[in-house]
Amino acid sequence: MDLKEKLISSFLAFENTVNMEHPVHDVRTEAIKVFETKGFPNKKEEAWKYTSLNSLQKIDFSLFPNWENTLEYKDVRKYFLHEIDSYKIVFVDGVYSSYLSETTHDGVDVCLMSSAMNKSEYQPVIDVYFNQVASKDEPLTALNTAFTREGAYIRIPRNKVAKKPIEILHFSTGNEAALMVQPRNLIIAEENAELQVIERHQSLTSNEVFTNCVTEIFADKNAIVDYYKVQNDVATASLIDNTYISQKNGSSVNVHTFSFGGKLTRNNLNFYQNGERINSTLKGVTILGEKQHVDHHTLVYHKQPNCESHQDYKGIFGENSIGVFNGKIIVDKIAQKTDAFQQNNNILISDKATINSKPQLEIFADDVKCSHGCTIGQLDEEALFYLQSRGIPKREAQALLMYAFANNVLESVRIPELKARINKLIAMKLGVNLGFNL
Amino acid sequence: MAMAYTEEQLKKELETKEYEYGFYTDIESDTFPKGLNEEVVIAISKKKEEPEWMTQWRLESFRAWKEMKEPEWANVDYEKPDFQDISYYSAPTKKPKYNSLDEVDPELLDTFKRLGISLDEQKKLAGVAVDIVMDSVSVATTFRKTLAEKGIIFCSISDAIKEHPELVRKYLGTVVPQKDNFYAALNSAVFSDGSFCYIPKGVRCPMELSTYFRINQGGTGQFERTLLIADEGSYVSYLEGCTAPSRDENQLHAAVVELIAMDNAEIKYSTVQNWYPGDKDGKGGVFNFVTKRGWCENHAKISWTQVETGSAITWKYPSCVLKGDYSIGEFYSIAVTNNHQQADTGTKMVHLGKNTRSTIISKGISAGQSQNSYRGLVQVHSRAENARNFSQCDSLLMGNACGAHTFPYIEVKNKTAQIEHEATTSKIGEDQIFYCNQRGIDTESAIALIVNGFGKEVLNKLPMEFAVEAQKLLQISLEGSVG
Repeated sequence: MDLKEKLISSFLAFENTVNMEHPVHDVRTEAIKVFETKGFPNKKEEAWKYTSLNSLQKIDFSLFPNWENTLEYKDVRKYFLHEIDSYKIVFVDGVYSSYLSETTHDGVDVCLMSSAMNKSEYQPVIDVYFNQVASKDEPLTALNTAFTREGAYIRIPRNKVAKKPIEILHFSTGNEAALMVQPRNLIIAEENAELQVIERHQSLTSNEVFTNCVTEIFADKNAIVDYYKVQNDVATASLIDNTYISQKNGSSVNVHTFSFGGKLTRNNLNFYQNGERINSTLKGVTILGEKQHVDHHTLVYHKQPNCESHQDYKGIFGENSIGVFNGKIIVDKIAQKTDAFQQNNNILISDKATINSKPQLEIFADDVKCSHGCTIGQLDEEALFYLQSRGIPKREAQALLMYAFANNVLESVRIPELKARINKLIAMKLGVNLGFNL
Repeated sequence: MAMAYTEEQLKKELETKEYEYGFYTDIESDTFPKGLNEEVVIAISKKKEEPEWMTQWRLESFRAWKEMKEPEWANVDYEKPDFQDISYYSAPTKKPKYNSLDEVDPELLDTFKRLGISLDEQKKLAGVAVDIVMDSVSVATTFRKTLAEKGIIFCSISDAIKEHPELVRKYLGTVVPQKDNFYAALNSAVFSDGSFCYIPKGVRCPMELSTYFRINQGGTGQFERTLLIADEGSYVSYLEGCTAPSRDENQLHAAVVELIAMDNAEIKYSTVQNWYPGDKDGKGGVFNFVTKRGWCENHAKISWTQVETGSAITWKYPSCVLKGDYSIGEFYSIAVTNNHQQADTGTKMVHLGKNTRSTIISKGISAGQSQNSYRGLVQVHSRAENARNFSQCDSLLMGNACGAHTFPYIEVKNKTAQIEHEATTSKIGEDQIFYCNQRGIDTESAIALIVNGFGKEVLNKLPMEFAVEAQKLLQISLEGSVG
């Protein structure tokens, strides 16, 4: 039985584990129909031209995790940003772990999708926001919608600021042979609200793990959302991360994606600007080796005038890795005075690495400033020589240049401890100890 | 005081500007009934007195075409032509064999005069040899003698099939295979005529070779086939220009151009395309589905330059396969769309050899309700050491009803590659006009200056003789803005 059939047939069993009376369940049944019709996307589709899901579909994933899997904090401490105090929403094999988490209802809601869906007080919020910005016909998103049960639920009310960064962590223990999880997150920042989120998926096993995650983010007027995605998983973990963001007047949403690990990672990052004077920032650093495959698919839809978007993706590709960047900017007819910028720079350091880049612009308004740039190249020989002539060994000199290359993206990380952590990860990934604190 | 010329006015002028060269020459034609099947393919081949291998080649293509589907990936929207509602052959009946212009049908000469490309003028001006294609059969060839002395073969492809079968058979379909795509397969099956050119080893073609294509007969699709071979160390500059009479029904054009540049050879291929774009409501206009591709051996260079102002639908990607080491591919393009025109055009640069270089400069100007897309592919294969590409795609938008799109594909499998791609979209900036005004340049001249400057990089690449014509044709789409 292939994965599609297995998913569809297990939907019945899944239904027994959720409240079928809840309005969300109608959304689920609609969504499974969409997935049933469309199935997994294949390489013939333009959006999946460079990324194949065939190998994943051959694996016999377990869809219902064991509810009793637990972890000791000391074993997973290193995956937390433990230097600072933070709210934590932790899932183990897709199941909420209250033991490792630190949630709150004090002024702000940092809790779970499952509880938000079960408590009537949250019902109006769910009605207004759930599945409103996520695509209804994209099959993988629909698949996730159909199996919506658990994930992070964050709501920052009007004029409130989340006091601490919020960490969302998904661990896989590997107690099942191969596991597929589908977390569903809903994040709402009301007018003037502000929050910071760090999201991480981590497999603790050498068994296959397939995560199909959907996150919906709503930023109301003048809200500020900083979202950091740390992707440094093991070589048996695959991640399809679908993020849908809806922004209103004057809001600012910044998403940073750090892709260093995993077997196959696909990031579908979609911004919809439903207001004026909006700022959207999409940045990413990708450093790959071995046979890793990372595909960044971004969409910025400028629907209203006077908005800005900035994209900056840097990639360093070694060994047999494959990098894909597909950035799409759409500027609607009425979205005059749009300022959209998109940049994708890549360095290939191996003969067997591949980069496929497709920066797209679709512009229907005339008074706009839109540009994109894409480069693929190597380290500057002269800069390398300069450093070597100053007594810096070649390896370190190379790493230094690559670090400088990626630094643009790091500069805008607003949590210093996270920045330090990412710096360490980069140094590790480049295989050097630079001997000073980056 | 002279009225200030504003962008609004320019836009209005662009919209109301009717196609100037819309006239129709009445020459008695020998036209096939509509429809396409194996018999028609055989009949075309018979009509052209082709050898058996050619007939078979056409049939193979036809059979492949039957299995294929029309491509739908392009960013254009149109009613698909009914391929059974087209006549696949049409030729002027009075097939003239002239040695001088005096013998040419006066009506035909008049046509060319109105186009501003009279043979007299051409001859005097630049010493251009013109192989005129009126509908499908070549009716006049000049300077053939001069070329023959150098060993250059420049004739219609149907003559070449008869007179130089060994060359045609060896190279036809090697760059654009019969089954390459839907339109290429159709062309391979039914191509009526076109040009053939062979430049022998080490010969530098002394003059610009030129062909003027015109679509003339109502309801006949035009299927041109061009094959150009530059042998080792040779050089040729080839010009192709097109205008077509106004017509209400859509006319289909599916041409194939194959260029082969052997070691150290250089081919410069320039196109000015000004087919009838349809009226300002988007009615009528030519459908232009063209497959153009060049093959570069070691140290060879192919340079495509195009000025696209016409056609209702343009689907065109002049490409270079950089197979040889140190080979060079270039693509310079200006595409102007107005009213309801739709253009999806760009290039493909396939880097296979070592130290290959390619340059892409694409300028899109959209006005009215038109849609202008750049679609390009830069592909560096794993053995293409030190490949270098520079791409620049700029779009200029006039009015908020048009669209500009960029779809660049960049695929790199070699770490020594250096690829740069940049694209910008802008309108004529108020500050730019203000700057000019402030220097005493009125708004009209300022707009002209800016648009001209925007396309200069490409216009400069056209051969001098052709640049005049290009400017003239550009003005039809953007009169008042090109100085």
